[in-house]
Amino acid sequence: MVGEGGYEMTQDFTRDKPIYSQLVDLICGDILKGKLQPGDKMHSVREYSLEVGVNVNTVQRVYKELELMDLTETKRGQGTFITTDEGRIQHLRENMKVELVNQFLQSIAAFGFSKEEIIQTLQRKGESK
Amino acid sequence: MIQLQHVAYNYQRQEVLKDISLSFPIGQIIGIAGENGSGKSTLLKIIAGIQRPKKGTISLHKESLSRRHADIIAYLPDMDLFYSFYTTKELFAFYASQFSDFSIHKALEVANFLEVDVNVKLKKLSKGNRGRAKMAATLGRNTAYYVMDEPFSGLDPIVRESLLKGLIRYTNMEEQSIILSTHELHEVEPILDQLIVLKQGEVIAQDDLETIRFETNQDAVSWMKYVTKEKVK
Repeated sequence: MVGEGGYEMTQDFTRDKPIYSQLVDLICGDILKGKLQPGDKMHSVREYSLEVGVNVNTVQRVYKELELMDLTETKRGQGTFITTDEGRIQHLRENMKVELVNQFLQSIAAFGFSKEEIIQTLQRKGESK
Repeated sequence: MIQLQHVAYNYQRQEVLKDISLSFPIGQIIGIAGENGSGKSTLLKIIAGIQRPKKGTISLHKESLSRRHADIIAYLPDMDLFYSFYTTKELFAFYASQFSDFSIHKALEVANFLEVDVNVKLKKLSKGNRGRAKMAATLGRNTAYYVMDEPFSGLDPIVRESLLKGLIRYTNMEEQSIILSTHELHEVEPILDQLIVLKQGEVIAQDDLETIRFETNQDAVSWMKYVTKEKVK
């Protein structure tokens, strides 16, 4: 996924995924972490494209995607805002969790680990923390 | 929309471009990549109306293109073609005298954004700052198309990043398009809509960047290497 950052520096992207979907993930992450709060106003397409150093058309697609996911709403003449519907954000949270776990399960299977031994390791990690 | 149909170019017996058909819509940033000598500069000069194709046609909004179209297309050459005793400000004044669409106000704004001291003579500027001054002069023009030959070449990563941001900031993707050639694909990729790969005067591949990533799971650099190799076989 996209690296840490957030400060004024052009974003780095992984090579195997469309840039728009990496930006969607980045913003979803900011919503889940609470960096973007319900009702927050988002940057304009132009401002955001300048911030991340990405084509305006790509950012337009990102905003369209977020709107389709019901995570943002556009108010005419005012701009785009993070949804105030907590249910949507909860839904995103659950989806993201499942998606991350699935990715993780795929990668442990690729190395031939069993779920059981991984769960043990996870538990140990969790306790020692 | 700029349209090239079956365009060919040669210097005497050396074929530089062979049977090129391409179209460039408004509202996109289009990259042209390819090894040295693949014909990128010649193609850009033909698009800019500076060179005429030996065969084929080029049209803009269905009208055939000629040198007069210099007022619809702003061209940034890869060489330093400016009087080196000019300061950047004087360069802008020169541009204003040549192009009725040139806005000194906008050029100064771009120069300020790129942090160029406009009162220093071009020859006294570092290469990076000369690249920035050239970019500011080009973006100072208000044209439907910007055609830029290697705008980032030989510049350090910080200059390249500021130029990329200048391009995003000072063009309007609803009314304008940028066509640029580059070797710095990795850095330029995030601002591109589509990429055209040339090899030995032919277009060997052309696609949207998002499609390339989505369908091939490759970024522009590895995709370009892949299509260039495929062509050799």
